[in-house]
Amino acid sequence: MNATSTASDASGALMLYRENGQFKTSYAADQQLLPIAQDRWFMVALIAFCFFAVPLIASDYVLRALVIPFLILTIAAIGLNILVGYCGQISLGSAGFMGVGAYVAYNLTVRVPQLNFLVVLLLSGGSAALVGIAFGTPSLRIKGLYLAVATLAAQFFLDWAFARLPWFTADSPSGSVSTNPIELLGWRVERPVDKYLLVLGLLCLLTLAGKNLSRSHIGRSWMATRDMDVAAEVIGVRPIVAKLSAFAVSSFYAGVAGALWGFIHLGSWEPAAFSVTMSLNLLFMIIIGGLGSMVGSFFGAAFFVLLPLLLNRIPGMLGIDLSTAMKSHMEAMIFGGLIVIFLAIEPHGLARLWAIGKEKLRIWPFPH
Amino acid sequence: MSSAIVARLRQHWPVVLLATLLAAGLAAPLATGVATTGFFLEVLLGGLMAGVLYSLVALGFVLIYKASGVFNFAQGAMVLFAALATARLAEHMPLALAAALALLLMIGFAVIVERLVLRPLVNQSAVALLMATLGISTFLEGFGQAVWGNDIYRIDLGLPKEPMIVGAQRFAGGILISREDLAAAIVVGALVLVLGLFFQKTATGRALRAVADDHLAAQAIGIPLNRIWVIVWSVAGFVALIAGLVWGSKLGVQFSLSQVALKGLPVAILGGLTSVPGAILGGLIIGVGEKFAEVFLGQALARWFHLEGGGIEQWFAYVLVLAFLLVRPEGLFGERHIDRV
Amino acid sequence: MSASDVSRTGQIGNVLLQVEHASLTFGGVKALTDICFDVREREIRAIIGPNGAGKSSLLNLINGVYTPVAGTISYRGQVRKRMHPVDAARMGIARTFQSLALFKGMSVLDNIMTGRTLRMRSGLLAQALRIGPAAREEIEHRKVVEGIIDFLEIQPYRRQPVGMLPYGLQKRVDLGRALALEPQLLLLDEPMAGMNLEEKQDMCRFILDVNDEFGTTIVLIEHDMGVVMDISDRVVVLDYGRKIGDGTPNEVHANRDVINAYLGIAH
Repeated sequence: MNATSTASDASGALMLYRENGQFKTSYAADQQLLPIAQDRWFMVALIAFCFFAVPLIASDYVLRALVIPFLILTIAAIGLNILVGYCGQISLGSAGFMGVGAYVAYNLTVRVPQLNFLVVLLLSGGSAALVGIAFGTPSLRIKGLYLAVATLAAQFFLDWAFARLPWFTADSPSGSVSTNPIELLGWRVERPVDKYLLVLGLLCLLTLAGKNLSRSHIGRSWMATRDMDVAAEVIGVRPIVAKLSAFAVSSFYAGVAGALWGFIHLGSWEPAAFSVTMSLNLLFMIIIGGLGSMVGSFFGAAFFVLLPLLLNRIPGMLGIDLSTAMKSHMEAMIFGGLIVIFLAIEPHGLARLWAIGKEKLRIWPFPH
Repeated sequence: MSSAIVARLRQHWPVVLLATLLAAGLAAPLATGVATTGFFLEVLLGGLMAGVLYSLVALGFVLIYKASGVFNFAQGAMVLFAALATARLAEHMPLALAAALALLLMIGFAVIVERLVLRPLVNQSAVALLMATLGISTFLEGFGQAVWGNDIYRIDLGLPKEPMIVGAQRFAGGILISREDLAAAIVVGALVLVLGLFFQKTATGRALRAVADDHLAAQAIGIPLNRIWVIVWSVAGFVALIAGLVWGSKLGVQFSLSQVALKGLPVAILGGLTSVPGAILGGLIIGVGEKFAEVFLGQALARWFHLEGGGIEQWFAYVLVLAFLLVRPEGLFGERHIDRV
Repeated sequence: MSASDVSRTGQIGNVLLQVEHASLTFGGVKALTDICFDVREREIRAIIGPNGAGKSSLLNLINGVYTPVAGTISYRGQVRKRMHPVDAARMGIARTFQSLALFKGMSVLDNIMTGRTLRMRSGLLAQALRIGPAAREEIEHRKVVEGIIDFLEIQPYRRQPVGMLPYGLQKRVDLGRALALEPQLLLLDEPMAGMNLEEKQDMCRFILDVNDEFGTTIVLIEHDMGVVMDISDRVVVLDYGRKIGDGTPNEVHANRDVINAYLGIAH
């Protein structure tokens, strides 16, 4: 029997968020995703809220401009977090893999229009995974800083491929493509609400999958490779399996996110949509959000989507007028500056601050 | 060939293979008659001159890496910032003065980076520092454009624009050499040699190398780490300014300058990241390789696969270095890294 | 109980590991020169010697982290010139590290669970959905790991990040991770370095129990002579990369060359 709760307290009646009394009598119970009952209730409430309440209260604008990009970027961020945060491999080419997903999806819908969109997504993710494995192979020989440059090679090569290789762009000039609304088994995904629900559903599935992977033996192999790869080898973790699987899974997520980004968020795009700027943005998202943490990916993506919003509203409130170009420059400055600040002060990002907050909540209202 | 040399070649067969492939690619246009000797030499010279500029930026990388162990991804943004500052300031004052002011700004930047980035992050991993320079890069690009604007600006170095034609007797049509490029190449080449010598021969250069070898030991013998870092980042800033001036004059000062300058990074890696001669050689190799790829490979691709538009320059340097890293992870002249357990 | 009891020597079996004329160089440095010795099943073999004698390098040779430039190593009768650490792990060789190569980002439980990686077979999809075989596997191996945690008496710490534990407990986790491989041959690199008397006694007890209960052959590097004399069956002595002694603890203890190596020779 494994008791994982803390000792009770005479005045414990005040404490709301505690695991007191929740003994686990089996390993299966101990291994649940959300072992604390309060967390389970909260998650159920949150998911119900997202699926049922949000469509009723959120305006089309909020859905289109904020929520949907947030959800899609979270998928990409989770993917990148698996590679960088869990497995410790740097990648500056994640947007390139997103692009692979987007263009493959486009090609499939153009050449095989009767294909179910979910199948298209699966194939897009799969193609991105294959490309990811191919460009991830150098990670078996080179590490760290050198790997960063190798992934840049992937990014810049893919940039060129999207614009020049007619196979990718189905012969459209310079890689600009435009898509039709998705139809899924008769359900026309056109209104923002429809798009929101589709992306939300996919995100829930992919988050669950990602969380499960991080907790099982492949996830531990990733973390072992990140923490000390020589020791990992010694206990039987094969670096080729760990690293290439991380690249594959990460690129799969990127590919799906890329297809969604292109079809649902952008509608029509050109290769510049998946440039190195997006790669850097994704990297910054997971650094600020928290490396090696699922919830950190959510925080980072949310931060990235909210920042332009704040930059739109706050100067107006202060009576300062900024041009669009200036706003995007300020975004870059704030983003870049925050990276340095977070790396210096809280390398584990917002996720760590969140965890600290939860710890304080466990013993609330007592200070210690 | 003596058997010792043959044995050596066989031991390092991947490097030999790559070198042979590259040499073959280089000779192919001439051998297959696709290019006249004149044109071949033209492309070659153009590549060498472009390569000299890459060497300069790569030197900036090598200096910073050698002295602070930092992989400075912000080098490209530094070039853009310096060029922007000079171009805009030159609208109100003579170019030389503008450049001098820009240099002061770069030194100020070095001081700020040392205080606000290098010191707080001194104990973190190399990866964390790399990501910090990525942050600096993004910040600097935004800041530069916020302050100086994001149009395309001109820098007029007063260099003659008309190309000169050499050897019209020996080669059909002669070889076209851009005077601008040539002047730039000479100046930059001299700068590269001076920097290289500074590093190898002077006391400050020795101090920089000591710091690169072992921070703690260098401190133990009284070398002021922080001041060294400011010096090194200032020199890198100076390098960025020169590169910004030359490239800005050629291509116009605009955002894409940042990406062009960033190619100094694969050059530095090709050379071996800690080697000054490596940076020089790497720059030449990539300069020539890139030019050849853009001109001849592009032609070939257009002819055989109907691929239009070029753009190979975008990725060639990186893919070349990637291939090289696979066969020789430490670069041309770098040091092998052994993991001790 | 001294390890030279008759009941113990009766259990010791055939030669498990044979190192023959092995040499190892790093650049110009000769780490090991012409090393010959063997290890028998179920025995506890100590490797001792002054600092820099090449002891850790020898261990690294045995489990494939380094490759000898000359000589061979045979394990269970099979000669191998070149071996990858992962293959060593597959063949049943596990080890701990002098400088504690624990996975700092993971908890105690997860660290030891990584030792079970070789035996976990479920595919990516099954793991992603946590269904059927993946879920069962996770629980099955959890049981084994909990057994090891009980054995090493570190139950209260199972969920803590290993980086936060005191040094002595980290060493136990290192041992636990090696034990999770269910190894036939266990290489311990200074398992008692930096421990106080109580901790050393605990660690000795664990090592003897592992040898006793599971029949694991143990090769350990150790500086504490008391421990070496007490628990080891045979001892190899290295100095400057060469073998200068080989035999039972008592034999080695009386060996002139060994004494000179440790105390220095009067000129």
